[in-house]
Amino acid sequence: MNAPESLAALAPDESSIGRFWREFASSRFAVGGLAVFCIIVLAALFAPWITPQNPYDLMQLDIVDGRLPPGSASAAGYTYWLGTDEQGRDMLSAMIYGLRISLGVGIGSAIVAGIVGTGLGLIAAYFGGRTDAAIMRLVDLQLSFPSILVALMILAAVGKGVMNVVLALVIVEWAYYARTARGTALVERRREYIEAAESLALPKWRTVFLHLLPNCLPPLIVIASFQVARAIALEATLSFLGLGVPVTEPSLGLLIANGFQYMLSGKYWISLYPGIALLVTIVCINIVGDQLRDVLNPRARK
Amino acid sequence: MSHWIFRRALQALSVIVAMSVIVFVAVSVIGNPVDLLISPSADLAERTRVVAGLGLDQPLWRQYFNFLRGITEGNFGRSFVYNEPSLKLILQRFPATFELAVAALLIAVVIGIPLGLYAGLRPEAKVSRIVMATSIVGFSLPTFWVGIMLIMIFSVQLGWLPTTGRGATVAVLGVEWSFFTADGLRHLLMPALNLALFKLSLVLRLTRAAVQETLPMDFIKFARAQGLSPARVVWVHVLKNIMIPIVTVIGLELGSTIAFAVVTESVFAWPGMGKLIIDSINTLDRPVIVAYLMVIVVLFTAINLIVDLLYTLLDPRVRLEAQG
Repeated sequence: MNAPESLAALAPDESSIGRFWREFASSRFAVGGLAVFCIIVLAALFAPWITPQNPYDLMQLDIVDGRLPPGSASAAGYTYWLGTDEQGRDMLSAMIYGLRISLGVGIGSAIVAGIVGTGLGLIAAYFGGRTDAAIMRLVDLQLSFPSILVALMILAAVGKGVMNVVLALVIVEWAYYARTARGTALVERRREYIEAAESLALPKWRTVFLHLLPNCLPPLIVIASFQVARAIALEATLSFLGLGVPVTEPSLGLLIANGFQYMLSGKYWISLYPGIALLVTIVCINIVGDQLRDVLNPRARK
Repeated sequence: MSHWIFRRALQALSVIVAMSVIVFVAVSVIGNPVDLLISPSADLAERTRVVAGLGLDQPLWRQYFNFLRGITEGNFGRSFVYNEPSLKLILQRFPATFELAVAALLIAVVIGIPLGLYAGLRPEAKVSRIVMATSIVGFSLPTFWVGIMLIMIFSVQLGWLPTTGRGATVAVLGVEWSFFTADGLRHLLMPALNLALFKLSLVLRLTRAAVQETLPMDFIKFARAQGLSPARVVWVHVLKNIMIPIVTVIGLELGSTIAFAVVTESVFAWPGMGKLIIDSINTLDRPVIVAYLMVIVVLFTAINLIVDLLYTLLDPRVRLEAQG
């Protein structure tokens, strides 16, 4: 994995993105994970055009087709490759639509939490003193409680709903970004370029967000990739517990929960396939994150 | 030193108070439980009577002070649903959750440490690679889905293990335990395994990392140079040194295992605290939600405090930093 790196150092005319990609692509496993993840995202984005059925459109559902095993033919003539659920929804279509919710919630919450957490972390590192102490005390408090409890507490307070789940996930996740951003920024702020920016008497926000922030990004990107996977898993768990997204917009977690009650009568497919989709998504993101960490972490380079 | 302990304890207390305000205010914002408890046909007089009976007609700050006074007397209010003191409800279910969490940690340790040792001692072996790859999957798999798969395989397909409940229990020291009956153990096995999976991966990776850190150290080289058998080097010299961080982490994880039991208990209908809180959230049973959250807050703050104190006692560097 590290062999081409010495060569990369000798090739100064190569663009940094090209170099980054070549280092990333040194693991075929990681490229495979990225490819599968891209396919999943594309499928979710283009769901209305590629699914045989719109699972939210009750007109297209036929209750007679309820709980059919995989490979059954529908009344309308096409095949339910992954079977149907209790309302006669094509599982494949429901899963692809469910992916939209799961990915949307996961990525959306990671972005918001990233912005909030990074901002606070940078402020803590740059200003130090009391601001730092206050923010970091909050981070410590937050991290001393397990994520599922914090999310439970918030959802117990604000109730179900897609936006409420995003809110809960943001509150669960921001502290991780804040801690990482602060740690990196504390190292970076001692560098000469910050001193240079300060000696130019630039406004503080400029120094923090245009000079400090870009140099703190690599570890934050790594954290973000793992947090997306965590958020998707947590959202699925909350929805499974009946505290997450509403029944009208089932995410993968809720689809699994719906199928769970039919599991004991041997109708495994309603739970199994959404579960596999969830699993593949999470594992792919983690594989990509692992490789990103290796590529972006200067200490891992030999 | 005692000054520091005092300050740290005070800090823990203020965390508990702060959390009690947050929990109370947060939970009091949710929909009016009166709507759930009273039939829509009830007339205004009856409504008012029930609202007053539950103390819901008073301003929030007074409700909070009533609640605080209640806490000091160990009284968190009666459950709207069960009409029993909510703290009693939770403590009644605590043994089931505790039993499950301890069984899970036991599985994690008994399987995780030997596997971690092996992977650390022979990092290039095929078995080690498989173990490490599996542990990544163990981190990635959502607990509830693993639970469902366990049920599908061992209950539905193979019919080996029961799917729900605690099975037969027997009273020891006045508390019912599944741990001591064969039927109870059969019921306990799958939920405990399910809850253990994540911790197992954690213990395994921790052990492996610790072994790899310890092996190149001088005292191991000296032990080998002394001509001690490789078994003795591993089981006495390596193991003794890696146990401190592992035991610390396991202690810390007890709290989060109890918290994550929420998921496992819901999958296997295990009648513990976790299932109670999920049911209570769904029925907006406020006193139970608040009492559960407070019990957990106190539990966590206590665990964190104890770990902090132990560190201070064990490691002089932390002590100096705390004073400085």
